[in-house]
Amino acid sequence: MADSEAKLLRAILVVAAIAVCAAGLISVSHEISAERIERNIAERLMQSLHEVLNPDLYDNDLVQTQVWAIDPDLLGTPEPVQVFLATREGQPSAAIFAAVAPRGYNGRIDLLVGLDAAGVVQGVRVTAHRETPGLGDQIELSISDWITGFDGTSLSDPPLSQWAVVPDGGRFDAFTGATVTPRAVVQAVRDVLVYFDEHQAELFERAAAIERVETESEPAGALLP
Amino acid sequence: MNGAGNLFMDGFWRNNAAFVQLLGLCPLLAITTTLVNGLALGIATTLVLIATNTVVSLIRGSLVPSIRIVVFVLIIASLVTTVDMLTNAFFHDLYRVLGLFIPLIITNCAILAQAESVASRRRIDQAALSGLATGLGFAAALVLLGGLREIVGFGTLFSGMEFLLGDAARGVYLNLPHDGMLAAILPPGAFFGLAALIALRNWLTTRDTNATVQKAEAEART
Repeated sequence: MADSEAKLLRAILVVAAIAVCAAGLISVSHEISAERIERNIAERLMQSLHEVLNPDLYDNDLVQTQVWAIDPDLLGTPEPVQVFLATREGQPSAAIFAAVAPRGYNGRIDLLVGLDAAGVVQGVRVTAHRETPGLGDQIELSISDWITGFDGTSLSDPPLSQWAVVPDGGRFDAFTGATVTPRAVVQAVRDVLVYFDEHQAELFERAAAIERVETESEPAGALLP
Repeated sequence: MNGAGNLFMDGFWRNNAAFVQLLGLCPLLAITTTLVNGLALGIATTLVLIATNTVVSLIRGSLVPSIRIVVFVLIIASLVTTVDMLTNAFFHDLYRVLGLFIPLIITNCAILAQAESVASRRRIDQAALSGLATGLGFAAALVLLGGLREIVGFGTLFSGMEFLLGDAARGVYLNLPHDGMLAAILPPGAFFGLAALIALRNWLTTRDTNATVQKAEAEART
């Protein structure tokens, strides 16, 4: 009896010791990496914002001028979606939506959609996805330039009825063997355009409110060039 | 053959994790759409295998049979998580390619099998060597299957090399004169490709055995 109890105790001790070591290892590497991971993601965000919107189009601090928009139908997720609002010389000039294409082949596809104030697409990039490597991953610019096909499109060009992939009678190419992925992205970009069309004034009003607060709180000298 | 060479051939060829033991099929079948994808996962798996084998061998003295699996899984999972976080922090570009694959390594039973059958019974150096051999054998299987599927499915080879080697390697890939047969890229293609490679390996092995047997018989007659 005492023997089996000793064995049990030893087993418990070994598992506990290993578990403590494992937890220690993970928290140490979390400690080392967390800050860098965050910085990498932030750098990546700035880089992607530049990719979907020409920096010449705005002169405000994009990352500071962000609002949250909620519209599960048009923005693809029940969660609030980040919207970066760009202004030039105080006038609304463009917006970037961190929208979601909810119906990818393997779940959601995260997008950045850049539009100018007239609702013309300036650029679209995929920021995160779980599509099949070799098939659906052609939505990434590093693999195919398909995603640049959105540049210059708007709700009137092509007409709304042609905002679909070719197999669905639309204007946008699908990939061989993967129609679901491009269909999801095309729908999501179209929905962002529709949302922007309906809510543009409201969004920029909220952005202006943010900028007013910032201007008031900063010392006057900092605003001089 | 000496002990170390024997151990290496065991992990690499005779007991190849993918072709003979049929372990680690989940990542194997999922990732091998191109040669480069296979190579990347192969490298990551090899590193994890060496690390887990070393650690398991190090603590083998204090292992109790009833809880060994729990301990192995704890070690494998925490090491893979660590590798995942560190690559994300320090090799962010590489992580954006491999990021999806690294967690898949945890599901690779070849690692658990190594911990159980080799690492928990041998000295550290032997365990690490066996991990290296098994990892390389698995990587070779991934590269072969990835290359095969890429050639048949896409009509290219080495595409995506820039993810591993940087921008200098962009565009350095072969474009074969056919458009590719999609079936090879889809999941069934993975099974057919793996079956073909296993058949090839079996044919090579039987041929060797037959040759040895015939030679022995011939010698016996004279």
